Amino acid sequence: MQILSALVSVVGGLAVSFLIYLGLNFVVQKTNRKWEARLLPYVFIGPVLVLIAAFLVYPAVRTFYLSFFNATGLAFIGFDNYTSLFGSGDFLNVLLNNLLWILIVPASAVAIGLLVAVFADKVGPTREKIFKSTIFLPMAISFVAAATIWRFVYTYNPPGQPQVGLLNAIVTGVTNGDPVPWLTVDTAKLNSILLMIVVIWLNAGFAMVLLSAAIKGVPEETIEASRIDGANERQTFFQVIVPQISTTIVAVFITILIGVMKIFDIVYAMTGGAYGTSVLGMEFINQLFSFGNPGKAAAVVTVLMVAVIPVIYYQVRSYRRQETLR
Amino acid sequence: MSVTKPGVRAKRRTRDEVPDGQFLRVKQRLTSRGATIAAIVIATLWTIPTFGLFVSSFRPADEIRTTGWWNVFVRPSFSLENYADVLFASGASSANLGSYFVNSLVIAIPATLFPIAIATMAAYGFAWIKFRGSGALFVLIFALQIVPLQMALIPLLQIFSGTLGISGTFPAVWIAHTIFALPLCIFLLHNFIAEIPREVIEAARVDGANHTQIFFQLILPLSMPALASIGIFQFLWVWNDLLVALVFSGGTVEVAPLTQRLAELVGNFGRNAERLPAAAFISLIVPLIVFFSLQRFFVRGLLAGSTKG
Repeated sequence: MQILSALVSVVGGLAVSFLIYLGLNFVVQKTNRKWEARLLPYVFIGPVLVLIAAFLVYPAVRTFYLSFFNATGLAFIGFDNYTSLFGSGDFLNVLLNNLLWILIVPASAVAIGLLVAVFADKVGPTREKIFKSTIFLPMAISFVAAATIWRFVYTYNPPGQPQVGLLNAIVTGVTNGDPVPWLTVDTAKLNSILLMIVVIWLNAGFAMVLLSAAIKGVPEETIEASRIDGANERQTFFQVIVPQISTTIVAVFITILIGVMKIFDIVYAMTGGAYGTSVLGMEFINQLFSFGNPGKAAAVVTVLMVAVIPVIYYQVRSYRRQETLR
Repeated sequence: MSVTKPGVRAKRRTRDEVPDGQFLRVKQRLTSRGATIAAIVIATLWTIPTFGLFVSSFRPADEIRTTGWWNVFVRPSFSLENYADVLFASGASSANLGSYFVNSLVIAIPATLFPIAIATMAAYGFAWIKFRGSGALFVLIFALQIVPLQMALIPLLQIFSGTLGISGTFPAVWIAHTIFALPLCIFLLHNFIAEIPREVIEAARVDGANHTQIFFQLILPLSMPALASIGIFQFLWVWNDLLVALVFSGGTVEVAPLTQRLAELVGNFGRNAERLPAAAFISLIVPLIVFFSLQRFFVRGLLAGSTKG
């Protein structure tokens, strides 16, 4: 029944969009040639511009505005939300966590992806396909399902009881030591790093697919030439192959970096941000729902936005450079 | 383009055809053996967590609590009870995943078709109709795909619950997903549509076709492979989403998707341990089917997406 109503909505929604298009097109064609040329582009991009302006740009600006208001959104409180955030040790820890995520996850995922791509290139076509699929498979898995999978790896039972989590079973079995409640130990950021491993596990396949395609695009002649010059495998890899795929390496790194900066689901499903594992995306949801403070949530996400701006600047700059090269 | 299209290599000499000296060939076989061993180790490490959960989902509830999944190799015992329980059991505390599964479908199908339909038109406008400011607008859209969607959530929630009064309904979730998907969809489709040879479009114009005809009779059919790839991505993105659902679905059994229910169950790990493996796999069935049956499109979509930057 719900499916049926959804299908009706789809058909209805698409029909309405089409009618809007026909209507706009009709009006534009009734005008003279000069105006038709001027208005025609907006028949195609107008609807999108309206949607993006109303539901994306305006809300984003308003979020910034709301960050200067209190929890009810009625009283202007200046920078109070920000001073209260930056005055709290918990929030500084959140920023530290985000920094660690940025430093560790993209680089590790790219490194593993590169390693896998190189190995995959050497094992023969059939094995390569199977090998790549196993690394790539987590790409299709949601963060929540991944969190469930890894909760079972990290799960803890008190000493003396049978350990059903793989990691603790190994620890108690191999070292005969006590089981460790992994997700609650934030000494040396252990629990945060265990969460990062899940995200590296998810992203390595993405990096591998792109890097593998790039490696296969490296001209065979350059590799041959380096071998003839007496370079060993490692030298050939780092001095001939890597420089030629550096654009892809950077692109993959930035894509994962952008995802990691907004990371939320994994932390939400694994610890809920407790035990010192919170990140900006998690803090946003906590302020909004757990503490019912949209003003402070807006301030949190504004901090995140400020952190993302350099990445946007870099991406726009390299996009423009690429366009002028065309 | 930062990535060379796959297939380029086929035209070049492959490594195996290169007439190596005897020494090189021996050396290569050695590295290939090392690579195979490394590949097996990595593949095993990567698969074990998922495999363990998969095995667990078929184990009797009390065994999930008391023994690790690897015990099935010593004392195998399997049952489908967990699946029956999480899907169909009724009662206040039951997982009810059957309903949430339907919700996920009801959310994901429109939230895939709407943005792609709108984005295709806009991509055509940006690629093939010249107008002032189109370059700047396109860069703006390019930049918006990087902006964290959290930035828009609070005011959007206020608009949905206040002005429009649709918070906690399917349309709220559809609209949110559509809006958030637009920048990336437009960007990717623009890249594809702009690559259509100019002569093809010019020929149609000479024959007297207007923009509507060109769009529906030429651009749309030619873009089908790109639409399929982007469609698969958007579908998986929506199916796997938690954040948008959390903010806009209201969390009810009538509207909320599988991911949200699974997150609730994981949140109470101790009480739900025996249900979670089966629950997680129910949420994974659709993505896994998509992944295995459409991997070609999936990879192609990835490669297209990476041309940015």
